[in-house]
Amino acid sequence: MKHTTFEKTKARGMGKMLRTSVLSATVASLALMAGPSFAQTLTAVKHSALRVLDPIMTTAYMSRNHGYMIFDTLYALDSDLVPQPQMVDSHTVSDDGLTYTFTLRDGLAFHDGAPVTGEDIAASIARWGERDGMGQVLMSFVESMTQGASANEFVINLKEPYGLVIDSLAKPSSNVPFIMPKRLAETPSTEPIPEQIGSGPFTWVAEEFQPGVKAVYAKFEDYVPRSEPPSWASGGKVVNVERVEWVVMPDDQTALNALQAGEIDYWESPPSDLLPILDANPDVTVKNLNALGMQTIMRPNTLNAPMDDVRIRQAAIASVKQKDVLDALVGNPELYALCGAMFVCNTPLASDVGSETLTEGNGMEKAKALLEEAGYDGTPIVIMHPTDVGTLRTQPVVVAQAMRDAGFTVDLQAMDWQTLVGKRASQAAIADGGWHMFMTNWVGADVFNPLVNNMVNGKGPEGGWFGWPDVPKLEELRMSYATETDLEKQKEYAAEIQKVAYEEGVYAPIGQYFVPTAWSNELEGVLDAPAPLFWNISK
Amino acid sequence: MYGYILQRVLAAIPVMGFVALFVFLLLRLTPGDPAAILAGDTATPEQLAAIRDSLGLNDPLLVQFFSWITDLLRGDFGTSILSGKPVIELIADRMEPTISLALTTIILSVIIAVPLGVIAAWKQGTLIDRFVMLLSVLGFSVPVFVIGYLMISLFSMQLGWFPVQGFRPIGEGLGDFFHRIALPTFTLTLLYIALIARITRTSMLEILGDDYVRTARAKGLPESRVLMRHALRNCSVPIITVIGIGFALIISGVVVTESVFNLPGLGRLTVDAVLSRDYPVIQAVILLASLIYVVINLLIDIAYVLLDPRIRYS
Repeated sequence: MKHTTFEKTKARGMGKMLRTSVLSATVASLALMAGPSFAQTLTAVKHSALRVLDPIMTTAYMSRNHGYMIFDTLYALDSDLVPQPQMVDSHTVSDDGLTYTFTLRDGLAFHDGAPVTGEDIAASIARWGERDGMGQVLMSFVESMTQGASANEFVINLKEPYGLVIDSLAKPSSNVPFIMPKRLAETPSTEPIPEQIGSGPFTWVAEEFQPGVKAVYAKFEDYVPRSEPPSWASGGKVVNVERVEWVVMPDDQTALNALQAGEIDYWESPPSDLLPILDANPDVTVKNLNALGMQTIMRPNTLNAPMDDVRIRQAAIASVKQKDVLDALVGNPELYALCGAMFVCNTPLASDVGSETLTEGNGMEKAKALLEEAGYDGTPIVIMHPTDVGTLRTQPVVVAQAMRDAGFTVDLQAMDWQTLVGKRASQAAIADGGWHMFMTNWVGADVFNPLVNNMVNGKGPEGGWFGWPDVPKLEELRMSYATETDLEKQKEYAAEIQKVAYEEGVYAPIGQYFVPTAWSNELEGVLDAPAPLFWNISK
Repeated sequence: MYGYILQRVLAAIPVMGFVALFVFLLLRLTPGDPAAILAGDTATPEQLAAIRDSLGLNDPLLVQFFSWITDLLRGDFGTSILSGKPVIELIADRMEPTISLALTTIILSVIIAVPLGVIAAWKQGTLIDRFVMLLSVLGFSVPVFVIGYLMISLFSMQLGWFPVQGFRPIGEGLGDFFHRIALPTFTLTLLYIALIARITRTSMLEILGDDYVRTARAKGLPESRVLMRHALRNCSVPIITVIGIGFALIISGVVVTESVFNLPGLGRLTVDAVLSRDYPVIQAVILLASLIYVVINLLIDIAYVLLDPRIRYS
């Protein structure tokens, strides 16, 4: 039989359709044979893998985020940066300002069923106070911390009045003063807690934890949320899903495809170059949840010559233009801000004092003049360059070029981030493997006041942060800020701290940028906050 | 034969010992401090020292090494410095995706590549031969991640036949297991088809010109019998070698494929452990990889004897 062209085409079309149908049916039957899936499971791709489960022992943001799931806090900041009670029902302060008595709200219980008591609070705050910078300052004012007259009371007795007791307990980022059972909080702060028992809105599903792959949380059915609406980490922590799974996807393209295909619900930090694709997808919402954004910084080491000369440090800072750094790092001007405020722009303590060359980009001549005045002899400046972290590998290259333009000789040393983390703790001379400068990024909430901002610590080699500037004036000003209760005076101290810090060249913010989050439109109620929060979300 | 196997097993012991020592020293000489990673940004030098003490990192290297080896001989691979989980558990969690991918890839590759290589050699110089060689060159030349992205784009995003990423253990359903392992298998299979088909073709070409093949044909044997029984079996030694080494390569980690398809395999475990200086995990996975190479090489040697009776080990 002879077929016409039409018949051949039709036959080929039917054959193709048949093949496609058979393939589709095979694939569909594979899908139908699939294992069980959990209802109302929210799957989120996080910025990194969760490895360390103790949010007090480490400052890793993933451990902090884990802490917000499992543990609760006494206070929490709202979106106006005002501390609001969370586990606390009410508190009183004695007339002399030395005794704070906190009453816990009813119904607080740990995941093992034990009620939360003042003893748990005292032990938790003491452990946090050993590790956290703001906690250490608080502890320097504390005479004693005990359970009150009843089990749901907690008392702090101070040696002298301290203006930031509540602000300290409401600290929003690493390390957050999370409350854990006394038996866990008594673990030395240099060792990880052995269990994940908190009183937060989620429980830890230990048997499904695969470090570097997956972390699973289940709704804590006995959690009693506050009645106020949520605002940042304050207010009612109402959980609307049964499970939350945090997964790690090392490849951004895979995460993009998975979100678009509906295999994941939430992507914490998509890279800026993929945002246009997500923006164009009507089934996906893209939004910056962290109004304070990230501060990227350059930090000189004041111990090693020639960076021990303040003029050399000033020259390095003056040579840098924030716009160049941010254009290279972020690219999209809608996702960055030129901001010289050490305590972050759009906060009560924001100030532009001392930052003109960074934001205006007009400091090159000043840098050259300072180098000449200091008699810089061409000693290579060792800048540590972490090449394995996308948000940290660009800044050293831009800063190094700016410094070369000013007349510096730069030795840009490539390494992975963990090598940098180990090396930056070394106070050794350059010849013995020391360093002159590194760059890092901070969540805005980690630098938004003089106590949480490690870089304006002026304690020097004994007690200072990497780079170790020895500036007693900074310490005096920080203590004045800490004991001051009037916000206007606090602002004055903060501005003075920033002025001194720039004059001493202790560090420089080299830009503020924002990392939007993307999620499926099947989700509702995603909260703005300085850390990713998973209550209030429904699916 | 048994004596040879025993001899090889005994010879593996010093090899593993040398690998253990080498890995241990290499890690200790590499910059980076797991205690600093654990301690975070605000730890004081005293706290850092306390963490190093609790991890045993302040002990002399010799003490650390013998402590690790002693534990190892008792079957204790230690615990992860960062997560605190037993290393053996971490490795066990990651073995299934890796072994699954290795098995599906190698089986599918052999099923396709060996016949392709045989046909290409049999039809040397024809269009079929050129087509097989073209496929082979493509398989070698196109990076695995490009093939992976193309597969995902076509079969997941456009047609919606397969999931974009992820792994399901076989215990959670055979259907879901194959549904998720299919695309990474197809991706890696292209590379291995290229490799195995090329080796098969080359080996077959050498054999097909031999006198005994001509004799077999002169005796009037069917061509399929000449090819498969007389030629292929006699040239199978290099093919088996390539298949074995290919299997070992996948087992010891195909990081790119695992990343593109988000498979939680040994490759990613190794990279993560290296980047976070998780010494016990790195040491264990490298030892395991070495052991796999030793065992697979031994199996290949045994296979030689089974396939080619002329080979004898004394």
